[in-house]
Amino acid sequence: MIVVPCPNCGPRNSSDLRNAGELVSRPDPDTASLTEWRSYLYLRENPAGWVTETWYCRTGCRRYFTIERNTATNEIRDSENS
Amino acid sequence: MSRHGYRYSAGKLLRHGLTRGAWPRMWNRPERRDSYDVVIIGGGLHGLATAYYLAQNHGITNVAVVDKGYLGGGGSGRNTAIVRSNYLTPEGVAFYDRSLHLYNTMAADLNLNVMLSRRGHLTLAHTDSALRTMNWRAEVNKLLDIDSAVIGPAEVKRLTPSLDVSPNTRYPILGALYHPPGGIVRHDAVVWGYARAADHLGVHLLQETEVLDIICDGGDGPDGKGPGGRVTGVRTSRGDISSPVVVNCTAGWASLISNMAGVPLAITTHPLQAAVTEPCKVFLPTVVVSGSLHVYVSQTDRGELVFGASVDPVGTYRVNGTLEFTEELAGHVLELMPGISKMRLMRQWSGLCDMTPDYSPIMGHTPVEGYLVDVGWGTYGFKAGPVAGETMAETIATGRTAELIAAFTIDRFTDGDLVGEKGAAAVGH
Repeated sequence: MIVVPCPNCGPRNSSDLRNAGELVSRPDPDTASLTEWRSYLYLRENPAGWVTETWYCRTGCRRYFTIERNTATNEIRDSENS
Repeated sequence: MSRHGYRYSAGKLLRHGLTRGAWPRMWNRPERRDSYDVVIIGGGLHGLATAYYLAQNHGITNVAVVDKGYLGGGGSGRNTAIVRSNYLTPEGVAFYDRSLHLYNTMAADLNLNVMLSRRGHLTLAHTDSALRTMNWRAEVNKLLDIDSAVIGPAEVKRLTPSLDVSPNTRYPILGALYHPPGGIVRHDAVVWGYARAADHLGVHLLQETEVLDIICDGGDGPDGKGPGGRVTGVRTSRGDISSPVVVNCTAGWASLISNMAGVPLAITTHPLQAAVTEPCKVFLPTVVVSGSLHVYVSQTDRGELVFGASVDPVGTYRVNGTLEFTEELAGHVLELMPGISKMRLMRQWSGLCDMTPDYSPIMGHTPVEGYLVDVGWGTYGFKAGPVAGETMAETIATGRTAELIAAFTIDRFTDGDLVGEKGAAAVGH
């Protein structure tokens, strides 16, 4: 079980939330090339280690927030991006 | 001696049984060379099959398969061993059907009993929309000459009496996609068969050899990696090995290896959990799959029921089991087969799945010359193992992408030409 600290609802089981995957910055759709846009859509770093990722508190406050998680151990720490 | 070395036969079995003589080792532990024509990273089914077909079909035998652990220790030994070809897209159907053909003759080809049991495969539909997808799949299948048809609840009951087909359940069975050639295989034997045959043909199987880096030259990125460059070798825990061709067959760990060559992948790694019950009398004659209930069930020759599920929703490299999985699995299986409520689960495990956005693999050449991928195998890598090996070997030997995998190249993510197999490749959607 992964316990995710929601900034509004406190520690919750990960099954109460939805993992929206690693944080990727969205390029400007007006100026991005097709390759840049599709890289944003599909390509992921997928590291075995610390990753900054977005979660959606779907059964609680229904807010999106960012944390850092170690994908090798599932340890979680606060993100500077949150 | 046959072409696979020590030939197994009924006579040998009798002789060894009577004399209690030791069987020879199935493969060697060779000293590694400093250079090979092809280095394959990942000693699972895909890596070993690629090595075998390189040697057998194309005469390329100066090949090393490197693995950080032991052969078949990843997804090849953790899957639920189901084979079938009733996919949704024409590209997928043609590809997986070739694999099924290779499985059919595998025991004879590799001189090892892989215990293929073509017992029939039922994909249950519990909703109108699921039934519609089944009809779609059945029509695509029939067009491509695959034995596949939609059947009603009465026929489902006749084929598999232990299923509850009454209309009074939470998820009533409205029908099923019936695929008679589908079945199960002993997955370890498939790995051993390819390893043994490849070893005998001269391939080096280098176990406990971890790849730490891929050495590149001339690329756009740091250290000459990335698009425009070419591969010159790999750095391993046992020293550098030079090779003009490096193939990534590392499934769940594919991104980690690919990032070493500067080729990011459209992959996230998720664990998939499975479980097995205590053995009981044989009562389940088919492989039963339910997309809505996220479960697939088959009974092994030992009488154990093997359950698989959909991938865990959170991407991670950690493979521990969760209580949520066990609870959900038990609830869903009992919904289908109330009669087994007294059975006990014996074991639970998980393996890593390299999931792509379109539920199709990523195969063939990459923007780095000499670096090839056979990844993105998600939840369907076992059934594809033989054909993946055959087509990757052809791609390496001829330098041209094999026709059967033309739709699965890495370019499709930049060209926007995805091969949507979600409707037939996964149970969790």
